[in-house]
Amino acid sequence: MTAVTPYRSGLRTGRDGFAQLLRAEWTKIRTVRGWTAGLALVALLIVGLGVLFAAGSHSSCSKGPIEVPCPAPLTGPGGVPVQDRFYFAHQPLAGDGSVTVRVSSMTGQIRKPDVTPGVRNVVPGVTPWAKAGVMIKQSVRQGTAYAALMVTGSHGVHMQYNFTEDLAGRPGGVSAASPRWLRLTRTGDTITGEESADGSHWTTVGTVRPPGLAGKVEIGLFAASPGDLTVTPNVMGGAAVASRFAEVTAVMDQVGVRGVAAGGTWGRDDIGVTMEADGVTPHHPGGLVQSGGTFKVTGVGDIAPSAEGMPVERVLTGVLTGLVAMTAVAVLFVTAEYRRGLIRTTLLASPRRGRVLAAKAVVIAAAAFAAGLVGAAVTVPVGQSILAANGNVLAPVAPLTSLRVIVGTAALLAVAAVFALAVGALFRRSAMAVIAVVVTIIVPYVLAVASILPEEVSRWLLRVTPAAGFAVQQSMPTYAQVTARYAPAEGYFPLPPWAGFAVLCAYAALALALAAHRLRRSDV
Amino acid sequence: MRREVHAEWTKVRTVAGPWWLLGAFVVLTVAAGAVAAAVVPCAAAGCGQDAARISLVGVQLGQAMVALLAVPAICGEYSTGMIHTSLAAMPRRTVALAAKAVVVGGLTLAAGTLAVLGSVLAGRLLLPGSGFVPAHGYPPLSLADGPTLRAAVGSVLYLVLIALLSLGLATAVRDSAAAAGVVLGLLYVFPIAVLMVSSEESRRLLWSISPTNAGLAVQTTVDLADLPISPWGGLGVAAAWAAAALAGGGLLLRLRDA
Repeated sequence: MTAVTPYRSGLRTGRDGFAQLLRAEWTKIRTVRGWTAGLALVALLIVGLGVLFAAGSHSSCSKGPIEVPCPAPLTGPGGVPVQDRFYFAHQPLAGDGSVTVRVSSMTGQIRKPDVTPGVRNVVPGVTPWAKAGVMIKQSVRQGTAYAALMVTGSHGVHMQYNFTEDLAGRPGGVSAASPRWLRLTRTGDTITGEESADGSHWTTVGTVRPPGLAGKVEIGLFAASPGDLTVTPNVMGGAAVASRFAEVTAVMDQVGVRGVAAGGTWGRDDIGVTMEADGVTPHHPGGLVQSGGTFKVTGVGDIAPSAEGMPVERVLTGVLTGLVAMTAVAVLFVTAEYRRGLIRTTLLASPRRGRVLAAKAVVIAAAAFAAGLVGAAVTVPVGQSILAANGNVLAPVAPLTSLRVIVGTAALLAVAAVFALAVGALFRRSAMAVIAVVVTIIVPYVLAVASILPEEVSRWLLRVTPAAGFAVQQSMPTYAQVTARYAPAEGYFPLPPWAGFAVLCAYAALALALAAHRLRRSDV
Repeated sequence: MRREVHAEWTKVRTVAGPWWLLGAFVVLTVAAGAVAAAVVPCAAAGCGQDAARISLVGVQLGQAMVALLAVPAICGEYSTGMIHTSLAAMPRRTVALAAKAVVVGGLTLAAGTLAVLGSVLAGRLLLPGSGFVPAHGYPPLSLADGPTLRAAVGSVLYLVLIALLSLGLATAVRDSAAAAGVVLGLLYVFPIAVLMVSSEESRRLLWSISPTNAGLAVQTTVDLADLPISPWGGLGVAAAWAAAALAGGGLLLRLRDA
């Protein structure tokens, strides 16, 4: 018997860690000119289209015959843009005190779309967020701090303060048979709102300390009615949103004010009323009719945050086009290997196929993130300053929200790139993969945002398709207590930013798992 | 030209992909239209909705499938190297491209007719359930009605034009991923970009030169006066895009090495 010595190569064993795989994939993406050009194109499209959009958006307001820069929007105590228009019957209050009323009726009128052109079509009715009740406000100046307890058109009792904050009380409306008692008490900096169905058993709605409400304040009765919102489809796509005049009249009696000077008279202010063209006649005035102990307060307008100004994400219009380019690069990153037969070499060098896919995903995600980050980080500040220079009113945005929009955009591109890579590995055909990715991510977004589909279908699409990921770009908050059109077409997504992004991530993970399965099971 | 068309027809006929795709195209288009017809409400008279357009909304989705038929028809040849054989057998390159256009366009015409007829039928059956009833000013959807017939025929022609546009662009771009990106960008991102333009005047201008917006104007049956372009004029814009893409693709095919 002769001993057989197995052959051993004199060469050192090559290292095959994940780091080597990453390096290999990084070399591939770095050295194919079309792909680096594609990545650069992604960043350039985001910046270029964003700047183009900003440069093309001009805004000015006319004051009579002359054009003037638009005034800065009215802001509340927190710096958020607000609307502050209501009728206020008030008395000064220096220290602690309270106001108690009984609300026994809420009626009003609403202007509906004209049936006969040119003839005002006004019908009786109360809008859902018409409100009337008691209020403590810093001053009669618009935008100052306040706390209010109110009966609403169809949402029951609410306590609201400083425009954005809202606490719900008991539901139900008011009538002569079932009136509602409201009481607002100030103790130091604390405001307590209580309600009662009989005037003797009181339930606390909320105890709040509104920032900015201190020292000498005004206390009294108020009424306001936001406009009636009608949405009509537009033949060019999109929709026309109109807010039509609505006013509310509340009947309040058993008024009791404590803490004010004895025998004080009621100050009357139609806060925020605008004048007609003649400059003296108020446009849709509110009013107060006092007979004995009964107060009939009529109000128009709303006390609420407003969605005025251009949100920060508007300058990121180029992301959609950048995403198409990114999809093509990510798909090619894997399908090109099949077309050229390079995949055999790749898998020969690294027989553990799942790891190859993982390395590819990491590299394409990093490249897409970098391209998106450069694009968004340049576009947002540059675009915002161009917009501001063109006289556009920008919606104020917190630095952290702005950061989330920028980083979220980069992450959106990264995860979408991973999704595209996985779909490419699954189909192994470029055209099919690119179209599949565009049809699942971009088409639902376009159909939803361009108002081609009805609103409910649009919302549903943005919940269940990968297009939900675009939610990460939404900077504007929504408020349950505000009458507004929070539709995808207006930039409002049905899911919160990170939840929407998670939907996209789930799709990417699923596609990656399927791709890994196919790569392991089938020949290349 | 007959022999070229026959050759192209054989290429399409003998692989399974296009047939699956055409089947999926018809199903998806009808399904999307049916869903829209079932969920868009018309609560009262004067709800401002366009019944024909709602039933035919599936065309918006179906056009991606048409692009998926047209782009690989030419790019597939480049990626497999088949293009060398094709052009060796059919040296008249313009004619070869024209033959491809005839086959792809013909298939789209046939499948598009099916899809549009299915959508109109679905709309006729489902729209009354959503409130589109004569009392609200909506008689049942019928092809005997002039504007509805125009919307239906126009939608089929629009799909054919999108097929030709995709084919032309794909011939010019050659790489299938890039071609798919360019075609879909034109079809879907352009309309969104139009919405972002703030000036009303330039928005209407861009709207009327975008192949998707202008081309689908042919589906409109209400508020025609508000459109920046007439329905057939809009289809003409889409036709101009298709013609330009085919001409450019044909020219490049003649000038470049395969």
